[in-house]
Amino acid sequence: MRIGVYVCHCGGNISETVDVKAVAAAAEQRPGVVLARDYSHMCSDLGQKLILEDIKEHNLDRVVVAACSPHFQGATFMNVLETGSLSPYVFEMANIREQCAWPHFGEPETATLKSIELTNMAIAKAGLDESLNKKTMPIGKRVLVIGGGIAGIQASLDLADSGFEVHLVEKDPSIGGKMAQLSRTFPTEDCSACILSPKMADVPANPNIELLTYSEIESVEGYLGNFEVTVVRRSTYVDPDLCTACGLCEDACPVKVPSEFEVGLRDRKAIYVPFDFAVPYKYLIDESVCLRLTKGGEVCGLCQKACPKDAIDFSRKSEKIRFTVDTIVVATGYDIFDATEKKVYGYGEYKNVITALEMERMIVNGAAGTPIRPIKGRIGFIQCVGSRDEQVGNEYCSRVCCMYATKLSQLLKRSDPTREVYVFYTDLRAFGKGFEEYYKRAQTDGVKFVRGRVAELLEDPVTKSVTVKVEDTLSRQMIEAEFDLVILSVGLKPNAGTERIAEILKLTKSPDGFLQEAHPKFRPVDTLKEGIFLAGAVQGPKDIPDAVASASAAAARAVRLMNQGEFSLDPVLAYVHEDICDGCSLCVDSCLPGAISISSNVAQINETLCTGCGICIAACPLDAMDLHCYANDQLLAEVEAAISERRDGETRIIVFADDTTTYRLADNVGTGKLSYAPETRIIRVPSGTRATPALMLKALALGIDGVFVGESESKSSPYAGIGPALSRNIEQTRSILREHGIEPERVRAKEFVTIMLGGFVAQLNELTAFAENAGPVSEKKKKALKETLANGLPRAEAQVAQ
Amino acid sequence: MTKIMMITKEGEAFLARIQEISGEAITACDQCGTCSGSCPMASEMDITPSEMIRKTQMGQQDVLSTKAMWLCAACFACTVRCPRGIDLSKIAEALRQISLRQAVDHIDIAGIPAPERARLPQIALVGAMRKFTS
Amino acid sequence: MKPTTQTKKRRSTKRDDSPQPVHARSSRTMFPYYPGCTLKTTAQNFEDSALATAAILGIDLVEIPRWNCCGVVSSLVENDRMHHVAPLRNIIRTQEMIAERGGEIESRLVTLCSMCTNTLRRTNLFLKENPEDLEAINDYMSLEDNYEGGVEIVHFLEILRERGFDAVTNKVSNPLEGLNAAAYYGCMLLRPKDIGIDDPEDPTIQENLISALGAAVIDTPYKKMCCGSYQTVQDRYAVAELAYDILTHAQREGAEVIITACPLCAFNLDDRQKEVRERHPDFRSIPVLYFTQLMALAFGLGEDALGFELNSVDPRPLLMAKGLLAPR
Ligand SMILES: Cc1cc2nc3c(=O)[nH]c(=O)nc-3n(C[C@H](O)[C@H](O)[C@H](O)COP(=O)(O)OP(=O)(O)OC[C@H]3O[C@@H](n4cnc5c(N)ncnc54)[C@H](O)[C@@H]3O)c2cc1C
Ligand code: SF4
Ligand code: SF4
Ligand code: SF4
Ligand code: SF4
Ligand code: SF4
Ligand code: SF4
Repeated sequence: MRIGVYVCHCGGNISETVDVKAVAAAAEQRPGVVLARDYSHMCSDLGQKLILEDIKEHNLDRVVVAACSPHFQGATFMNVLETGSLSPYVFEMANIREQCAWPHFGEPETATLKSIELTNMAIAKAGLDESLNKKTMPIGKRVLVIGGGIAGIQASLDLADSGFEVHLVEKDPSIGGKMAQLSRTFPTEDCSACILSPKMADVPANPNIELLTYSEIESVEGYLGNFEVTVVRRSTYVDPDLCTACGLCEDACPVKVPSEFEVGLRDRKAIYVPFDFAVPYKYLIDESVCLRLTKGGEVCGLCQKACPKDAIDFSRKSEKIRFTVDTIVVATGYDIFDATEKKVYGYGEYKNVITALEMERMIVNGAAGTPIRPIKGRIGFIQCVGSRDEQVGNEYCSRVCCMYATKLSQLLKRSDPTREVYVFYTDLRAFGKGFEEYYKRAQTDGVKFVRGRVAELLEDPVTKSVTVKVEDTLSRQMIEAEFDLVILSVGLKPNAGTERIAEILKLTKSPDGFLQEAHPKFRPVDTLKEGIFLAGAVQGPKDIPDAVASASAAAARAVRLMNQGEFSLDPVLAYVHEDICDGCSLCVDSCLPGAISISSNVAQINETLCTGCGICIAACPLDAMDLHCYANDQLLAEVEAAISERRDGETRIIVFADDTTTYRLADNVGTGKLSYAPETRIIRVPSGTRATPALMLKALALGIDGVFVGESESKSSPYAGIGPALSRNIEQTRSILREHGIEPERVRAKEFVTIMLGGFVAQLNELTAFAENAGPVSEKKKKALKETLANGLPRAEAQVAQ
Repeated sequence: MTKIMMITKEGEAFLARIQEISGEAITACDQCGTCSGSCPMASEMDITPSEMIRKTQMGQQDVLSTKAMWLCAACFACTVRCPRGIDLSKIAEALRQISLRQAVDHIDIAGIPAPERARLPQIALVGAMRKFTS
Repeated sequence: MKPTTQTKKRRSTKRDDSPQPVHARSSRTMFPYYPGCTLKTTAQNFEDSALATAAILGIDLVEIPRWNCCGVVSSLVENDRMHHVAPLRNIIRTQEMIAERGGEIESRLVTLCSMCTNTLRRTNLFLKENPEDLEAINDYMSLEDNYEGGVEIVHFLEILRERGFDAVTNKVSNPLEGLNAAAYYGCMLLRPKDIGIDDPEDPTIQENLISALGAAVIDTPYKKMCCGSYQTVQDRYAVAELAYDILTHAQREGAEVIITACPLCAFNLDDRQKEVRERHPDFRSIPVLYFTQLMALAFGLGEDALGFELNSVDPRPLLMAKGLLAPR
């Protein structure tokens, strides 16, 4: 065995805290290691070359890099190995940046010791790496785009123009999204509808796009190259092929409800077109308010009588549409913050307090000669409503409200200079191209910008004018002034549609609740799920140019995958030690995807069905079931190495961190420089269920003081049935501990989502404190435990989690 | 007259001390002014509540000779509104404590005219004594 | 089609006040009760009306023995364990009472004065959240029993809410029809969030009581604004200005009486109307009542329970004119 070890400085990120030379020196002493070096940037060209040359010159057959998280640069190094004609899977990383240098940045000694052990663990695991080959699958040219706002439209057009087959699914009756509702767009003041409607029209005109409006995704099964999609297309009760949009039905309809498009400022009928440049421009009946459809029988039906084309059919049903795609672009956008949640501003109670979106519609309607209400006198904008505000639980900046208020305020001021227009802001963020110039223009035109966040609004019970209470923080004076109209610059927040899609596709969220990108810098439009991409404001607040840029980027990323014609399969799959397996079939029932069968008395794995969850491993009483890349002997070797440098009296906690959530959560904790018990050693596993009772017990028998298993919440886990499987594992482990007089609380598990930074830290600290208090497990008990393990754990009953 | 603000080591130490006594992350205040706009006593104060924080942030110990902290009614209006989750009432209390720990009382209850004193409910007197005397 | 963005909707003032059937309501319920200093002196009418109306609702408030002043305000600085001793002593008295009386008395201490509620709650929460501090304080109060953390502090209004305001309505014999009442909360009932008894920016508990008594609710955003609290000692005119804002805004909304749950708020809004008039000659006075006085009136109780003679602005002329109080 010839292992090369590389310790990275990360340009000081690591080496300022960790003694990298000491880490390399310690690594050099480990069995199998032929060389260990430290270098400033291992991921740089020169760093990669260094590895390549060493592979050649020193005949390396395994590589360990002690650097950042494998989620950060792992793929880079795996490519290097491939270039050097090695299997990309004879490679391990020790995450000494996110797990040592950052969380323990004030404690160089602790961080160094931990780095040495983490590197030792990676070396131990690498020693047992199998030289696996990449497997490939074919991939086609079909894409699902979810959401038909500007981002979804842009992505669809880009993809269709590049020759891909696009299915665009929009839940509303028309595409266009929020942009369709805007008056003009900052900073150029183009009329929003004028620049958007040609793009909207291009969608149905494009032969490569199948447009499904008024449709929702019911389910998506499968994986990259083979996503099976079921869409429910709701009934509009109007035959689109017959309807000429003459509007006679609308005139006849007696039911009026607030129009969604006009944010409730105007009414629409029960049979309606959403707006005058809707695509498709076809009438539909809102079944939740139509008299006939809510009351049944022969009630009303006036529209049907009025329709000259006989296009209306009350018996039309919603339909299910099924198709298969290779990649998916999620462009489900955002919603505005619900201003009623910010009670101090009285929205919904005060007559003269409105949202900016309402103002957009008022301006459009006013320009069209049908003003909704007079806009005159003293007008105030309040910034950061629902953003940058811990009192409503949103810490992030919504990025567009400063500029849209700058836009709306100067549109109002310029069209009628007698209006007194004020903008009350916390910080005025004009960071984009042309934004600062646009801000100056508003100021020059006479809009007054006041630096102060409005504390509360008070309505005069008689005149209904609104008193604004705010400090002008620049002059340090209190303002209590009356306004005729107050506009709330509401922030952007994740919407309900996204919530649902995230559940169906099992996508993870960042701490702000928007969908999480795979990498904040280098993979900003990828998700953690292969073949699924993000476009527009679904990933975080964005203005139109940014939404469009990200949509084109998502399209390009999807094209990049699909143009290859094939993709490589994840090798993390179950396999059977055929010499041990006695064909008992306990594993068969434990596997939810049904990947295991028994033939000629040994278990067989169907590799296209196996998801690599590892549940079957715990089910096997003989340790015959195993997992590539995370084999039993590899994990045990890591556990052993985790105490390789332990000094007397030190506690050691093993954390089995599932790769989807907990491992990334630990990365986030490190990035946030949050410190946690340095006695913890994190072992990366595909899912928490990979940590079997036998493995956890062996760890304790070896002298580990506590075991923690971190798992994804089932909502965001890519694996089925892990929740119950994990509880079974923990229960079994604890009951055996109890039998041996060992505190069962030494073994713990928790399901996380990637934003629970505080929870993660608290859990690890608690377990460490508990283990410290309890002291080491006595030699006698460890010995008894070892004996039990040698005799094999009792066969658990076949567990079916269906 | 424009004054020049001195940035000193003592100022840093003063800030650190107030942070410690109050338990609040004073440097996290982004000077939005919500506290001032919420404060019932702001119009009576010589400096606004947010300026009280600003001076503390910048280590300006003359904040101790302002009236504002003594006018704070510990009403927690600022506490429930601060977008950065800072509890200004604790910072005002810390500033008062620093003064009171010098054994100087801010009010003299005995000096209140007898008829007025008789009118005042107990909670007013005890509350005032707790906040204004050491 | 569901709206993609919210449309304007009016918030209803009624919250979910459905009674929680935890405690048997058939027989009488006994609660430990902490009066605090002011209810024994300037706010005697608050206590009298509260005890009388509680009794009618089947609630017996049993004064805890040997109670002491809670300190009125909490210390707001770190490492200030001493200031928790006074409130804690009252909590220990309660713990003793609960132990002595076994299951016959609730393990929740009822308070009326909102400043007491706030102070006691704050100490209780602090000690529950910081076991080391509790241990330390238990240690230096070595002659007292250790506090075990089992006592809860509730405001009388919360008891009314949890039993359902319908129970209150059932006892009304003199519905307050035609009376426009505005609730005033002030600070201590609402803030900080983890101590308050209702939404700090949009409380409704007193409004629900007012409607239960048959009076009309007048809503004013000033209801949660501070009255100046103990600042009344050092600057009565500053407090008078706040009272002026609060009262005149309520009057502009149509209020005829103000309801409160705090003797200090009551003082600043009621007694300080004298100072308000000095500064604002156009000011019309307005009676300020404790919520329990309003209950006593609606329950048809007599002068002993009403105690209007202690109110600075005499509400009787108004109430008589409205036919809600019999002329003497
Ligand atoms: C008041 C206001 C003014 C603004 N002014 C400007 C401006 O002047 N200039 C500027 O650049 N930006 C402006 N913006 C920002 C602009 O609105 C956004 O940048 C843009 O709308 C983002 O587009 P999107 O496609 O990502 O999201 P959206 O416009 O929200 O589109 C998302 C689409 O997805 C659909 N959808 C959601 N869930 C599902 C689901 N489950 N299944 C199917 N479909 C679904 C929605 O119905 C919607 O059609 C403004 C925003 C506001 C609130
Ligand atoms: S009357 Fe008929 S054809 Fe005309 S818009 Fe209505 S459904 Fe379409
Ligand atoms: S049936 Fe009546 S209510 Fe329904 S859409 Fe037609 S006209 Fe309107
Ligand atoms: S963009 Fe401006 S208004 Fe919007 S949250 Fe950010 S700072 Fe506040
Ligand atoms: S249980 Fe999981 S790992 Fe095992 S065969 Fe089934 S899918 Fe694969
Ligand atoms: S409200 Fe908070 S962040 Fe804003 S100025 Fe006051 S203390 Fe600072
Ligand atoms: S607690 Fe003090 S500073 Fe804060 S709002 Fe009340 S009076 Fe003002």
